[in-house]
Amino acid sequence: MNTTTTTTHYPASTKTEQIETRTLCVLVDNEPGVLARVIGLFSGRGYNIDSLTVSETEHQKHLSRITIVTRGTPMVLEQIKNQLDRLVPVHRVIDLTTANPAIQRELAMVKVRGTGDQRMEALRLADAFRARVIDATTESFVFEITGTSDKIESFINLMLPVGLVEVSRTGVVAITRGPEGM
Amino acid sequence: MTEMTGAEMVIAALADQGVAHIFGYPGGAVLPIYDALFQQDKVQHILVRHEQGAVHAAEGYARSTGKVGTVLVTSGPGATNAVTGLTDALCDSIPLVVITGQVPTHLIGNDAFQECDTVGITRPCTKYNYLVKSVADLPRALHEAFHIAASGRPGPVVVDIPKDVQFAKGAYFKPKEFQHKGYRPKLDGDASKIREAVEMMAAAKHPLFYTGGGVINSGRAASESLRELVKLTGFPITSTLMGLGAFPAADPQWLGMLGMHGTWEANWAMHDCDLMICIGARFDDRITGRLDAFSPGSKKIHVDIDPSSINKNVKVDLPIVGDCAHVLAEMLRVWRESGAKPDKKALDAWWAQIGKWRAKNSLAYRNSNEIIKPQYAIQRLYELTKDRDTYITTEVGQHQMWAAQFYQFQEGNRWMTSGGLGTMGYGLPASVGVQLAHPNSLVIDIAGEASVLMTMQEMSTAAQYDLPIKIFILNNQYMGMVRQWQELLHGGRYSHSYSEALPDFVKLAEAYHAHGIRCTHPGELDDKIREMIEVQKPVIFDCVVDPAENCFPMIPSGRAHNEMLLGDAATRVEDAVTEEGKMLV
Repeated sequence: MNTTTTTTHYPASTKTEQIETRTLCVLVDNEPGVLARVIGLFSGRGYNIDSLTVSETEHQKHLSRITIVTRGTPMVLEQIKNQLDRLVPVHRVIDLTTANPAIQRELAMVKVRGTGDQRMEALRLADAFRARVIDATTESFVFEITGTSDKIESFINLMLPVGLVEVSRTGVVAITRGPEGM
Repeated sequence: MTEMTGAEMVIAALADQGVAHIFGYPGGAVLPIYDALFQQDKVQHILVRHEQGAVHAAEGYARSTGKVGTVLVTSGPGATNAVTGLTDALCDSIPLVVITGQVPTHLIGNDAFQECDTVGITRPCTKYNYLVKSVADLPRALHEAFHIAASGRPGPVVVDIPKDVQFAKGAYFKPKEFQHKGYRPKLDGDASKIREAVEMMAAAKHPLFYTGGGVINSGRAASESLRELVKLTGFPITSTLMGLGAFPAADPQWLGMLGMHGTWEANWAMHDCDLMICIGARFDDRITGRLDAFSPGSKKIHVDIDPSSINKNVKVDLPIVGDCAHVLAEMLRVWRESGAKPDKKALDAWWAQIGKWRAKNSLAYRNSNEIIKPQYAIQRLYELTKDRDTYITTEVGQHQMWAAQFYQFQEGNRWMTSGGLGTMGYGLPASVGVQLAHPNSLVIDIAGEASVLMTMQEMSTAAQYDLPIKIFILNNQYMGMVRQWQELLHGGRYSHSYSEALPDFVKLAEAYHAHGIRCTHPGELDDKIREMIEVQKPVIFDCVVDPAENCFPMIPSGRAHNEMLLGDAATRVEDAVTEEGKMLV
């Protein structure tokens, strides 16, 4: 019995399971406050959000698709899915990490400032990563890059020494492979 | 379809949903609805003295009838005062529809007078909530609110209606059978899992039913099926605080309540069972104690309508998502049709073991001829009221646990208590709601002197509506449960748990047009309880009890079920208390 349990009447935490990362796709009614319900659930119950994207995807049915990247033990991850599913405006919750093979992508805009060799180096690296120039001045570029979060992460790290100014990222979107829809 | 104002729609929807009583408190942003209330006689409004009281009264009403409780309050402070009640109802799965006024739509977000973000504030403490910005959406929102509150795992729903929407005219339609876009609770359990459950039950050697509030919420049919199934199998049964009454306490198969202040036999049976059949309970931390030592050797079946209750705290072997009534009826059918027989020999041995645990007499206490012991007071209250049509509410604390231990509930919906949230001040307003729903029944709030002062103002409501509620205060001059924990865990430093400067409860009763009784001696207890029952008006009964009494048995400080502490009158078991435990006591 450890010291915390002698002074509290709550049972001690027994969580010793491994932490895993999951990408969840949540189909919701696009109604006022629905995002607040989803986010409030995560903050209220102490779950993590690593990334979150949301947009209406079926205009006629007013359905929005939320993609959430979250972390937790298997038991917590199951709770997250069940708790999300319980929300009244939530239609479906799909675990894109375990259910089917899925593709995950993220888009980032990366602003780099520099002149001379630095500028050329930035352009060469961008080319290697298939990033596009979407804005240019004599002393800066804005690159657009699409890919997995890891790829974007490496690109940003490489841009650091050549004059990284700022980054804007969309967060992860994902879809299953193959002909079937969710 | 009829044209009417938003305010009139509220009344029409309440009437169409079968609402006879609504608890509320007027204010600027709900005046149009109050005006509409004034001009009709289908729905009776009960004026409370504080919005928290309105919500607890509606909870008592809902819990004792199985219907949806309703509340009407104004914007701003009206809504924020309702938040405790909403959270309480969410924790205990009580169906409520709470209508809140809101400032006119063009002022929302402007920090207007008595404005608050009601849907923002109540989002985490309701099952669902609406801000209705157009009168065209109002009839649907109101009918949906009743559907969502009552179906699936019940809970509170808030409908926030801006004042201009209450004035606006629109088309009203009556409730019709509808399918919600996405919300469809699953009622029937998976047939193959139910068959598997029956097989596990037939094979079990040390089985135990562990039931909860879900059985009560599921209605009478669930309780009846449960009783049949328990009889048929011959298995022992225990229940959580919220589930008391679903199975009769007088039955020999009943082990008493389990958990932190549960009986020795219930908790040991939980620890040692080889099959736990959990029906409509949620493995709350007051039940499980130390999780890694919780019933280590058992297979667990969990029946719950809410999938998020399954595998939340405790991993179970066989989850069945469905309504208790449906699943229990199906279990019964399958058990009968398969000709399943319990393992008689193993069950006899299991009952023999349970008999030994029972012999510890874990609820025993040392009675006194000089001073009223709180346990004795509840035993006498039970004996003198058991043959009547009685409903019990409680506040929160030691008295609540003693009531759960010593008042014997034979039927469901007779026991109204704040289990999940543990809201002091719940019992008095809840008894107002219960009495209103059952005007000819005996309604008793078993209270503590600290809790009851939190919502004492509702005595005025009881007086106004001639509701003869009985407030039975076990007055030990302490926040007893706080004092008990300070004694056991904080070196007897009774920091701010003494109820200093208490009011004279007899005079207080008189001030509220009620009848006051004080009882200080065990010898006069019976006569005074009889007097309380006879008086046909609200009563405050100040039962002065032993201030030092503690509530046992008790699973202390995050321990396991087999590490329970007993009171010194119960048969002592040496190895049950560790060295550390002894130091604590």
